[in-house]
Amino acid sequence: MTNPKTLFDKVWEKNLIRSRSGKPDLLYVDFHLMHEVTSTHAFNMLRQMGRKVRRPDLTIATMDHQVPTTNLDQPIKDQIAAEQMNALKKNCTEFGITMFPWGSNEQGIVHVIGPERGLTQPGMVIVCGDSHTSTHGAFGALAFGIGISEVAHVLATQTLPQRKPKTMAVTVKGKLPKDVTAKDLILGIIQKIGTHGGVGHVIEYRGEAIRALSMEGRMTVCNMTIEGGARAGMIAPDDVTFNYLKGKPNAPKGEEWEKALEDWSKLYTDEGAIFDKEVIIYASELKPFVTWGTTPAQSITIDSTIPLPKNKTEEKALEYMGLKPGMRIKDIEVDAVFIGSCTNARIEDLRAAANVAKGHKVKDSVRAIVVPGSMKVKKQAEDEGLAKIFIDAGFEWRAAGCSMCVGMNDDVLKPEQRCASTSNRNFEGRQGKGARTHLVSPVIAAATAIKGHFASLSDLNKEVSTK
Amino acid sequence: MKSIKQIKGKALPLGLSNVDTDQIAPSDAMKFSKRGNFSDFLFRDWREDPEFVLNQPEYKDSVIILAGENFGCGSSREHAPWALQDYGFRAVVAPSFGDIFKNNCSKVGLVTVEVSETTIEELIRLVNENPNIEFNIDVEYKKLSCGSFEIDFELDDFTRYRLINGLDDIDLTLRDENLINKYEKLRPNYLPRMSLQN
Repeated sequence: MTNPKTLFDKVWEKNLIRSRSGKPDLLYVDFHLMHEVTSTHAFNMLRQMGRKVRRPDLTIATMDHQVPTTNLDQPIKDQIAAEQMNALKKNCTEFGITMFPWGSNEQGIVHVIGPERGLTQPGMVIVCGDSHTSTHGAFGALAFGIGISEVAHVLATQTLPQRKPKTMAVTVKGKLPKDVTAKDLILGIIQKIGTHGGVGHVIEYRGEAIRALSMEGRMTVCNMTIEGGARAGMIAPDDVTFNYLKGKPNAPKGEEWEKALEDWSKLYTDEGAIFDKEVIIYASELKPFVTWGTTPAQSITIDSTIPLPKNKTEEKALEYMGLKPGMRIKDIEVDAVFIGSCTNARIEDLRAAANVAKGHKVKDSVRAIVVPGSMKVKKQAEDEGLAKIFIDAGFEWRAAGCSMCVGMNDDVLKPEQRCASTSNRNFEGRQGKGARTHLVSPVIAAATAIKGHFASLSDLNKEVSTK
Repeated sequence: MKSIKQIKGKALPLGLSNVDTDQIAPSDAMKFSKRGNFSDFLFRDWREDPEFVLNQPEYKDSVIILAGENFGCGSSREHAPWALQDYGFRAVVAPSFGDIFKNNCSKVGLVTVEVSETTIEELIRLVNENPNIEFNIDVEYKKLSCGSFEIDFELDDFTRYRLINGLDDIDLTLRDENLINKYEKLRPNYLPRMSLQN
């Protein structure tokens, strides 16, 4: 019998063009996703070198990082952003690449539109000039973020020289408690392994609690893999994956579907395969998490208090966040709530938040915005009546984009404003200079918008039952 | 890429852990479509604090940054190594780096040197004692020295070869174009393709 292999090994070997000792392996890239921000420089590099795009048919582009999420009928005010968006349009036309511009029905965050079109499939190698490319690993693909020089390399060659990373298994045993979501699970994992626990590794998420997640939940988990230091996270495909893909516009059809299914069914870690590192998480011990600091690993459960700082870096984080040890999380008031981003702006996330918001009103002191991950998600949420729930409750209902997650359009906070955010990074200045970001799940975000301070669903129910 | 064999000069004792790409180059830097000079973006928000180490005259003209673990975690933006280079830095020494950042550095010729936590502490102590102490990072012989302190560091042969010869990855890859062509022919038909636009 051949040596048992991990899911990662199988995908790596499948896409390996050459391997020579002392040199990085050369991998074939099955699909390359682009957005307006990192692509411009890459196209410029390509022109400087006088090179062409090798496979324009294996590339798509969209505008997401800095698109306005309001007034889509008006010209964009930010001239620097407009210049970059026009550059993408021009570059894609020149090099023959499919592009979904701002305002089109197919536009959206790059990591939302890949899966929703069925472009993200098991076993593929997918790259994008964005660190949250790890999202696509939820389908059993090997997907990771690359820099601008690498984007140019992929455009020119459809390949990437890569050193083979190590493997790390994160096994989540048991079942998640009822009020604990995929977002809480990944925040819990990052808290356990730390922001650099996964550096140099590709993570495979395994175990009962992972299997029980929907595709949306799996994408949330894989999305934040990079916050634990690993460039890619993977989940072996199963019926949940296949059912999600079936019938999607770019998924295989007819006989091709049958062939694909046969290949995809072999993509799992063989029994006895060895990982370089293993971590076990017990799902039943998890609770809803809120971050208190300026790294995604600085988190605590919603019912606890701000911890004592352990070092200079933590002291700096608390100072930036305007928090003191001993404060109860649920006593902390927020100025803003952001429901959106490639982590938590898919239809299931919006359903979860709307379910909490239904029949309630956003607290007067809070500005709450909902930014769907794609224009398709927006349309679906409107068709399902979710948009109406949000609007009736006092949330702003926006068009698709990265918005307040990356703070490159008008959706930014003022210094010292505090935000409960379903996004992925609570770095200093991420949502605007001096802004204070707390990462939470869509459920906690919605409940917090209503109460005006960090709250969970049970805090709202209590209120309802005592009325 | 220019050939890099040796980096000599002063070092900046930054010291912090988990310094993320959003601090190194805030997202505003990413709005620009042209590769201008990004040095004004480097640690932009932190530089507003007069106490911040980069503002201290004794560390002016430093070419090396001494940082804590996981330097460059976060985003894939190549603007982070660009901002460091444009400011005048040519190397970062830390116990560990964000994977994508480290990779980006190797593409643009910013040298990353991994040393233990104790070594970083020692180097920072030496710089605090004498801000003018000269560092020498020898890429060719994989040695870092600072005064009488000297240490070997790990650098994979391929990155070292690329750095000292200033080689372009695309040229290196296209030497194997026949292998890429061969691989491409064997890819299954069910894999997604977009229809060509032109």
